[in-house]
Amino acid sequence: MLSKIFKFNGGVHPPENKLESTGRPIQKLGIPDQLVLPLRQHIGNLPKLRVQAGDHVLKGQLLAEAEGTISAAVHAPTSGTIVSIEEQLIPHPSGLPDVSITLKTDGQDQWLPHQAIDWQQLAPADLAKSLRESGIVGLGGAAFPTQVKLRPASGPGLKYLIVNGAECEPYITCDDLLMRERADEIVKGIEIAQHLLKAENCIVGIEDNKPEAERAMREACAKSSLKITVAVVPTLYPSGDARRLTALVTGIEVPSGKRSTDVGVQVFNVATLLSVYRYLTFGETTTSRIVTVTGNVRNPGNYEVLLGTPVEFLLEAAGGALSDTNGLIMGGPMMGFQLPAAKVPVIKATNCIIASAPRLFPEPPPAMPCIRCARCADACPVSLQPQELYWFSRAKNLEKARDYQLFDCIECGCCSYVCPSDIPLVQYYRFAKSEIIAQDKAKEAANLARERNEFRLSRIEREKQERAAKHAQKAAGAKADAAPADDAKKAAIQAAMARAQAQKTEVTPQNTENLSPKVQAEIAEADARRAEAEGASAVDAANQEQQEG
Amino acid sequence: MDRSPYVTESPSVSVIMLKVMLALVPGIVAYVWMFGSGVLISLALASVTALVAEAAMLKVRSRPVMPFLLDGSAMVTAWLLALALPPLAPWWLIVVGTLFAIVVAKQLYGGLGYNPFNPAMVGYAVLLISFPVLMTQWPAPLAIAGAKLSFMDQWNYIFNRVLPGGIGLDAISSATPLDTLKTQLRLQHSMESITSAPLFGQFGGKGGEVVAGAYLLGGLYMWQQRIITWHIPVAFLGALALMSGVAHVVNPEHYAGPLFHLFSGASMLCAFFIATDPISGPTTPRGKLIFAAAIGVLTWLVRVYGGYPDGVAFAVLLLNICVPLIDANTQPRVFGHPK
Ligand code: SF4
Ligand code: SF4
Repeated sequence: MLSKIFKFNGGVHPPENKLESTGRPIQKLGIPDQLVLPLRQHIGNLPKLRVQAGDHVLKGQLLAEAEGTISAAVHAPTSGTIVSIEEQLIPHPSGLPDVSITLKTDGQDQWLPHQAIDWQQLAPADLAKSLRESGIVGLGGAAFPTQVKLRPASGPGLKYLIVNGAECEPYITCDDLLMRERADEIVKGIEIAQHLLKAENCIVGIEDNKPEAERAMREACAKSSLKITVAVVPTLYPSGDARRLTALVTGIEVPSGKRSTDVGVQVFNVATLLSVYRYLTFGETTTSRIVTVTGNVRNPGNYEVLLGTPVEFLLEAAGGALSDTNGLIMGGPMMGFQLPAAKVPVIKATNCIIASAPRLFPEPPPAMPCIRCARCADACPVSLQPQELYWFSRAKNLEKARDYQLFDCIECGCCSYVCPSDIPLVQYYRFAKSEIIAQDKAKEAANLARERNEFRLSRIEREKQERAAKHAQKAAGAKADAAPADDAKKAAIQAAMARAQAQKTEVTPQNTENLSPKVQAEIAEADARRAEAEGASAVDAANQEQQEG
Repeated sequence: MDRSPYVTESPSVSVIMLKVMLALVPGIVAYVWMFGSGVLISLALASVTALVAEAAMLKVRSRPVMPFLLDGSAMVTAWLLALALPPLAPWWLIVVGTLFAIVVAKQLYGGLGYNPFNPAMVGYAVLLISFPVLMTQWPAPLAIAGAKLSFMDQWNYIFNRVLPGGIGLDAISSATPLDTLKTQLRLQHSMESITSAPLFGQFGGKGGEVVAGAYLLGGLYMWQQRIITWHIPVAFLGALALMSGVAHVVNPEHYAGPLFHLFSGASMLCAFFIATDPISGPTTPRGKLIFAAAIGVLTWLVRVYGGYPDGVAFAVLLLNICVPLIDANTQPRVFGHPK
């Protein structure tokens, strides 16, 4: 079954370095003494804790539940006792610590009783709730909560369900091996997703450098009653980026600032769908994932690792890092980041650990000025003008940078990869994006403060009026005491109120009665905007989601 | 700590500049073969001047000297200027032009990457305006020259302005075919009689067309090495050919044909080496097409109607001014934005 493959601008083809880690099948790693489970292993809200230090938990037991719309639950990867809940170093580019649960394992690996979920019969609302408890996030790297993307379709279904097996970053092979070894389970996951989303077409995208995986997937798809197309895309980084893959296999460009579902497309990573299958068919929550360990290690390979396993434990299993290792990279060499320490845990987003060495990743030479050669523009998969963005970011001309669509940049690094002047372009863009977001927030905060102040002034004014009215009432009451005539009293009160009312309209010409709810609505709106911005950190939520798949 | 991507593939700026120089070698060889070895002296003179001036300016501007000297950009400017100047010009002319290119047009604007004008063309234009007579003394093609000068004779002429006894200036020099064509047409000579003179070759000037062909070869090498894209050469040569072609069809007696224009003067040098300077040119594909086509049209206009025999330098400089405007108005559509 040959399907038409479309194109996107640019892209690069760095040395793949995948063979190192594909020589052996996936190996199961043992249980370390301790697991560290950051509460936030996904994009979105911090989940709510459901356990406390001292609790004994079983494998698969809920530790923290999803909070708010975009969030994911955390479960115990094995049985043991919770020793602490405190800030720990986590694998994050910021290098900052975050709240994490430390679990002392008991070696029993005892499951919480669990059972299949009758997903074919379950009402959509119950199924959505159940998926929300699954803790599944996109395993391709961006860790977007899958429950948000798998909400059962109520109206017409999707046009395209795209399954991302492209795995375009050099060095990483966990999806490759997963497809080779567990294609049947992945296909079952595709069938479930197709059923939930009522997708018309299912397409699996695989880069042409993974013929074994392609063959395995084709065989598994042939067994399915569903028509699933396996599309082989050229090996060209970043074909695994969800929006690029969508363009490659369907010719559809997801509009900037929109979600892929707006154009009837949803993209899932192969490993994510496998997790969905295991969860719905056996009731198993995600307790482990496949991690590629490669680079400067003795025995590179792929390991099935319990979430929370310290990276150093994993490295030991791979024969240990060689002596000239100068760092650990999580992710691939194009978009990965340096881990703050070897003891940080494997989390749901950890697809690859590369031990780096000067031999593999030499320090770049000092940057030269931009010579406007436009190689970066030729390589940019988003058709941006990286040299202009660089210029604007450097000159802090942030408005211009935004005009030139800085926020469409996916930070893929293709531009830096080809730059003859070795300019750290991506770092400039990250800086400019965070500056712009900070400025927007400051502006928003200033508006909010101004509105709050107006609100406060109007409240003070209103209280003054009310006091005046009360005062008048009291005075009228006293008078009424002298001449106890109910009618007179009422008339006096009304007169005082009318005076007060007249005065009020004079002093504050605005319609103060309407101001308060309006301001409140705006405050609420601003809060919502901020919460959204925070949830999506540096890039907007739609952009984050696109890496996921 | 955060420095992704951890891998890069690109050739450095130095390698790119080195390849540009390599691409010029066929042209230089053809030049020596057709017009004598004088050009080697001007190349050397310009190179030394450029390197010294660049180093001195970097020192004055307290920039690191070695990385910028080694980037090779000063050498490329020097070579392009030397190849654009008449090789028998006095030594100081080359030195002054190079100094102007490096010190004023490049370093005073901020050095590599910051010059809005093509430095070599600035040097050339300044000389053309200040010393117009010296700039027209071109060596005659060896095939038709009245006398041949040894390397030492040329050296002596360039540095001391003395020719061996018995040889006059007109025996070794001549006007260029472009120049000749223009003046002769003004004198109402017929196109046929003009171009059948020995100065003219198959389709360009004698000798000059060979050098132009060699530049074309070097340009193709640069394209193959992905140092330049096709846009600028194709648009420039296409526009030049179109203008001259239409005029030639309308009035062949008065307008030379496209082949003559493509293989005369600095056409090929401009198409592949001068207009393609990335720093002073546009970056968008459409921008490159507009930029180069405009240079082609202007070049033809100056050649046919202007006061100078060739128009490349002025056309390039004029379009350099328009680059920000061109870039701003030719931004490609960003992925996911409306068509
Ligand atoms: S690749 Fe580098 S030197 Fe070339 S235009 Fe882009 S930023 Fe400038
Ligand atoms: S990092 Fe941004 S600007 Fe650079 S190539 Fe990728 S998308 Fe384009």
